[in-house]
Amino acid sequence: MLKSALGAGALFGFGLAFSTMIQPRVVLSFLRFQDMGLMLVLGGAVVATFLAYRFVPKLLKRPLLSGSFGAHESVMDHSTIVGAAIFGIGWGITGVCPGPAIAGLGAGSWELLYAIAGIALGALLQGLMAGRSTNARRN
Amino acid sequence: MVLTRHLFSFPPSAPLPMTLFPQGWTHYLVGGLTIGLGVGVLFALTGLIGGMSSVYSSTWSFMVRRPFFQEPRLVSSRVWRLAYAAGLIVGAFVWWLAFGDGVRVVVSIPPWQLALGGVLVGYGARMSRGCTSGHGICGLASLKLPSLLAVLTFMTTAFITANLLARVGGS
Repeated sequence: MLKSALGAGALFGFGLAFSTMIQPRVVLSFLRFQDMGLMLVLGGAVVATFLAYRFVPKLLKRPLLSGSFGAHESVMDHSTIVGAAIFGIGWGITGVCPGPAIAGLGAGSWELLYAIAGIALGALLQGLMAGRSTNARRN
Repeated sequence: MVLTRHLFSFPPSAPLPMTLFPQGWTHYLVGGLTIGLGVGVLFALTGLIGGMSSVYSSTWSFMVRRPFFQEPRLVSSRVWRLAYAAGLIVGAFVWWLAFGDGVRVVVSIPPWQLALGGVLVGYGARMSRGCTSGHGICGLASLKLPSLLAVLTFMTTAFITANLLARVGGS
């Protein structure tokens, strides 16, 4: 299981590096409409993933190393949209999103540790706030 | 600069869309397909859905005792998510060994910008339960409407933010 995750992550990280998505300035050049490459990266990744999600369960009764196939958990509420809006503002400031922030370390971009620290702090704050509102509802 | 060079390098009759990809387009497509292959391999081997932002919450479950961080969905996934994240570093390192030009990739965004933007990235992605990979890749590939709306929303706010910052002279 862990070796699978490591290997799959390595393909993911190789793809991020090969497509230059680990370089924030390339992402920012997309967000400023100077280079549409990110659309091809996202499009290629979505198509490949779609084929896997669609056809692997038809070819295999269950995953090769575990009991059952998971499904993407999808919830439609205001957090989905408000959170996405906040995420986009941060993405527009940095050109960094959660995966590439980690992958870039493999190419020696240690500056991304600042982004990772920020993302981890943001995730902590979100959990603390969400936990508090859940408790408030329970009370 | 690059844009100008390519504008002039094409025959005058070349349509404007040629400049959509001033750095070429094959590495984008090949890289994107490889990313999807990684997500697909994870699914075929383990059945897991491999978004990336959850690791920033699940890793806190090792340290923070609050109920939110001790929920089973975080605790039960925290180890494979860390292995998946470590794989990202390994994969980019392999790329660097094979294709890097011998010097590290330098990121020239100021630290305060990385850190401040990072807080918003982390807070927003976890609030939305997905990021560019969770909603953008896994969610769209699962044909989920909430993910499509999330992607359109974060693309819009990112476009606005990046262009406003460019106008006031940010990097």
